[in-house]
Amino acid sequence: MKPTESDTEFSFETSRSDIEVTWKQRLGDFYREFIYKPGLVAWSDNRTRLGALLMLVYVLMGTVGVVYYRAPTSNQSPRGVQPFQTTEALLGTTGSGIDILAMIIHATPPMLIMVLSGGLFATTLAVTFGTVAGYKGGVTDRALTTFADIAMSIPGLPLIMVLAIVFSPTNPAIIGILLTINYWAGLARAIRSQILTLREESYVEASRTLGVSTWRILVKDIIPNIMPYVLVNFANAARFVVFTSVGLYYLGILPTSVANWGVQLDQAYRNAGALTGAGTLYQLVFPMLAIMLIALALILLAQGMDRVFNPRVRTRLAGESRSTDGDDTEAVSTTEVLN
Amino acid sequence: MNSYYIKRTLRSVVTLWIVVTLTFGMIRLLPGGPLVQLRAQLIRQGVDPSEINGIIESYQNLRPDQPLYIQYFDYVSSLLTGDLGESIRYGEPVAALVGDALPWTVFVMVTATVIMYALGILWGAVMAYKEGSTFDTVSSALSILFSTVPFYVFAIFLVIIFGYQLEWFPTRGRTSVGAQNPYTLGFVIDVVRHAVLPIMSIIVTQVGLQALAMRGNSIQLLGEDYVRVARLRGLADGRIATRYVGRNAILPMYTGFLTLIGFNIGGSVILEEVFTYPGIGYYMFKALEGRDYPLMMAVFLVITSVLVVALFVADLTYSKIDPRVQTGDSSEAY
Repeated sequence: MKPTESDTEFSFETSRSDIEVTWKQRLGDFYREFIYKPGLVAWSDNRTRLGALLMLVYVLMGTVGVVYYRAPTSNQSPRGVQPFQTTEALLGTTGSGIDILAMIIHATPPMLIMVLSGGLFATTLAVTFGTVAGYKGGVTDRALTTFADIAMSIPGLPLIMVLAIVFSPTNPAIIGILLTINYWAGLARAIRSQILTLREESYVEASRTLGVSTWRILVKDIIPNIMPYVLVNFANAARFVVFTSVGLYYLGILPTSVANWGVQLDQAYRNAGALTGAGTLYQLVFPMLAIMLIALALILLAQGMDRVFNPRVRTRLAGESRSTDGDDTEAVSTTEVLN
Repeated sequence: MNSYYIKRTLRSVVTLWIVVTLTFGMIRLLPGGPLVQLRAQLIRQGVDPSEINGIIESYQNLRPDQPLYIQYFDYVSSLLTGDLGESIRYGEPVAALVGDALPWTVFVMVTATVIMYALGILWGAVMAYKEGSTFDTVSSALSILFSTVPFYVFAIFLVIIFGYQLEWFPTRGRTSVGAQNPYTLGFVIDVVRHAVLPIMSIIVTQVGLQALAMRGNSIQLLGEDYVRVARLRGLADGRIATRYVGRNAILPMYTGFLTLIGFNIGGSVILEEVFTYPGIGYYMFKALEGRDYPLMMAVFLVITSVLVVALFVADLTYSKIDPRVQTGDSSEAY
């Protein structure tokens, strides 16, 4: 997203274009710019492909799976069945005859909601705070930084634990926000310090000299630069939500009435003695795999999405490079030299 | 320059003050919050209702029958004199419990974070230099895999394998029972042996992301013009790697380093529970479990103070390390 791409939009009065752009064309442009091209680039990366497929599995589990697969109840199958013995309970059953696969599937929707609400809450707040504070400077910066500082100086996990004990929330969307209640602040500060260097870039200064509005500079010139960083951190925030929620459910600090993989871990640990070699290790391993794979999906997606915002890669793959061809080969050879 | 330091110091003090006010608010004002529950707890234990206010006062430095501003004043002034109240569960002054536990937590977490950062930076730099090679691919995959494991799950496995099965390391406590004299080599080894597993679980689960961050920063910098110019000038590779790329790549990670120490000290609540390591996190968990609000709030305040100090140091030193970032009012407002 080069700043020059949008030069038709902040033209002077004399050169105002009188070609009517219909809604259809605009929609088509939007689709090509923001969905087709990024998608093409993202899909060309193996990491994104794997990450997206994994994520799709979780989404399917959380939507279709919940409808078609039976809900976990006691004694729905014979007790203590080892995994891969029956097709009825593929991943085995617990000591009280609960299908482990059913537990894993039915814990997915609340987890997805938590991850989404937590990730969105944290990154949106962080980007807003970080860019405005870093770019505006002066009093605005001081006020916003002080606020973020205070939010950040409160240790996350203990704060979350105290709040979880006091409020005992059960709505996954609220738990997601609760878990990232001050996660955004650290990210906001990191973004701010990047903006501090970005605001001195020459093209930003050029935009400023041309009288482009602050909002436009932020959206067009500044934010695209930090997008890879933000996306990586969205995934990190999401991972933080997964890990923390599972940890809190495992410790029994969040109310265990909500299905969660952490509750399963706790049950396997306490009731089934999975760690003391009672042959029930599988009860611990499968929920753990569920946690690890969703974390893997999030990290892979973040890593792959990194490329979407890299204009050089993007132009080449979307097949619209003419003058930039030379740049591409040069860039490649530079990295080769550095190897 | 001096006024900047004064301002920054003031800000830290204000932050601490706001956090103290917040904890006061949480104790005093939340509906169904600590004070209400403490009262219910005491009534359940069959304490005479006329004595309850007195007991609450000794536990939490609050006199519930006084107006709010007097309660607030009492609370803040007793905190300033180092009186953090009394633990319900342990029946001891909270300050003594915390003072005993804090150094151990700080020792474990700072050691773990420092080692983890050093390893991450080295690993990431090598990956960036060998971008696209098998080493890079395998390392990237490995570092991603490491960070898919939550540290407490990894901690449980460490306890099982190295603690119970191989019996290489102790599974609980910060020293062996009976190890008293702190001025012997045996004692030091004992302490290190107890700390190895918690430190390992932090390092292994966090190093991957740091390495990837370092890799990303370095690769971006390797494409910068001044690095190319340095190369054309025929500077030695080592010099370019450390002074041109390394320095600038570490820079964005510096603030993260200090905050991560604070983060990890917060994370000790889960970690120390798994290793039964009596640091402040362990006491915090016990307090959460037993709804021991004076202890809970005190540990919360202490962890907060550690984090505030870490951030303070980060801010004061960042401008020293990166001269491009001007401090104070000199940044122009747009």
